[in-house]
Amino acid sequence: MPELMRILGIWLGAYFTLSIFSFLYKDNPFYKLAEQIFVGLSAGYWLIYTIYNILVPNLFNLLITDFANNWILLVPMFLGIMMLLRVIPSAQWLSRYPIALMVGTTAAIYMLLAFKSDFMSQIAATMINPFKFSSGVDVAGSILLIVGVLCGVYFFYFSKKQEGVFAIPSKIGIWFLMVSFGASFGYTVMARISLLIGRLDFLLRDWLHIIK
Amino acid sequence: MKAADRILIERRIVFLVLALAVALPLIFPLGLKTIGTPLTKKAYDLVDSTPAGSVVIVSFDYDPSTVTELQPMAQAIIEHAWSKGHKVIATAMWPQGSQMADMAFEDVQNKLGSKVYGEDFVNLGYKVGGMVIIQGMGRNFRTVFPKDTSGLDYDEIPLLATIKSLRDIRYVVSLSAGDPGLKDWILTAHDKFGVAVAGGTTAVSAPGFLPYVNDQQQLYGLMGGLKAAAEYELLMGYEGSASLNMNPQSVAHVLILVLIAIGNVRAWRKRKTARNREEASNA
Repeated sequence: MPELMRILGIWLGAYFTLSIFSFLYKDNPFYKLAEQIFVGLSAGYWLIYTIYNILVPNLFNLLITDFANNWILLVPMFLGIMMLLRVIPSAQWLSRYPIALMVGTTAAIYMLLAFKSDFMSQIAATMINPFKFSSGVDVAGSILLIVGVLCGVYFFYFSKKQEGVFAIPSKIGIWFLMVSFGASFGYTVMARISLLIGRLDFLLRDWLHIIK
Repeated sequence: MKAADRILIERRIVFLVLALAVALPLIFPLGLKTIGTPLTKKAYDLVDSTPAGSVVIVSFDYDPSTVTELQPMAQAIIEHAWSKGHKVIATAMWPQGSQMADMAFEDVQNKLGSKVYGEDFVNLGYKVGGMVIIQGMGRNFRTVFPKDTSGLDYDEIPLLATIKSLRDIRYVVSLSAGDPGLKDWILTAHDKFGVAVAGGTTAVSAPGFLPYVNDQQQLYGLMGGLKAAAEYELLMGYEGSASLNMNPQSVAHVLILVLIAIGNVRAWRKRKTARNREEASNA
């Protein structure tokens, strides 16, 4: 039986993969069906996963087995229920309170850490002596880093019109930005091709057994 | 033929050629070799220089949609960590990360031989919360993970006997496909608790993490995408799935470069023809 289910799973996987790929030719019922099944299955999977892996162990089990020590969990439980009231138009306003609390808490937690990591540490990491390195490549790289950061930041300085000599760093900044966009594009292509490789590997190896 | 029909047919030809460019090297590997980069070497060196017996975390912050890129990294990291005598704790910030961890442990055990669950490795599973969970681990590990995925209590797992908080962990490797993931580990585990963090990400998110590999050591090395996975395999001295998959990856990239060049030449010719026509009509 497990072997039969495995084979069935592979055939279903192959069918849905080909159905999705068929969109590259043109929109068709096979693609539509596969797309809608995927969306429905994902939503169903998430619902069940959330109930059994988050709500049951972290809330219901604790309240049922040891209410005296976990009664505080009633607070997030009611906040969660208030959030769900969004679907009832007359009680919709109640959902704003848990959302406000969540947004405020998240912002507060992230603000402190992000200020240290994304601001202070990043500035400190740019304040380097490029000539402390022994390798010429490292020295050149450090100089490029400093020039790139300064010119890139200057490009976004709009309080003074950038003309004449003041336009030069801005133009250098554009070049750095373009190179970084190009690198991002290259990485994105690599990621998308990796997805295609994954699917074709599945079709050729697991389904058709062409690759051993 | 109308221009719109011609564009549609050309698009289909591009899709077909791209599919062939990926499928053929998968069936007939070209034997292309990957060249290592310092970013991957730094991550390798972090694992390599950590003493035997250290307890480390590999966080599986991804799901099956990105296994092609991240699973080879996970296998190589676990194999490397075990070969250096490290004890591996698997955590997951993504719901299906826990299953990815099980698959990776099983695959590496099939290769290296059986390891003892609870002594050499443990899977603590998924926890919702991202950064908040990591902060909780920094205060008290047991509170966040009272049990592992099989239901074993914290105290029954020998590997965790010396682990009180995140500060008892020698390094964290987060294999991350998005949020929550590597960024939360950098911001919290390294910048707040001082634990060394290395990362493996999908290629699409790798450029965003490059600034963290800096003088402040916010990130000890970064593995970006399939190529970095192949590089890690190269450093480990074997050719795994990532190395093999770099064959179609390379061919596809060459094809895309050719297509970009053709597209630019055609756009240039089109503009030139339009300009000539405009000049002729003005004359």
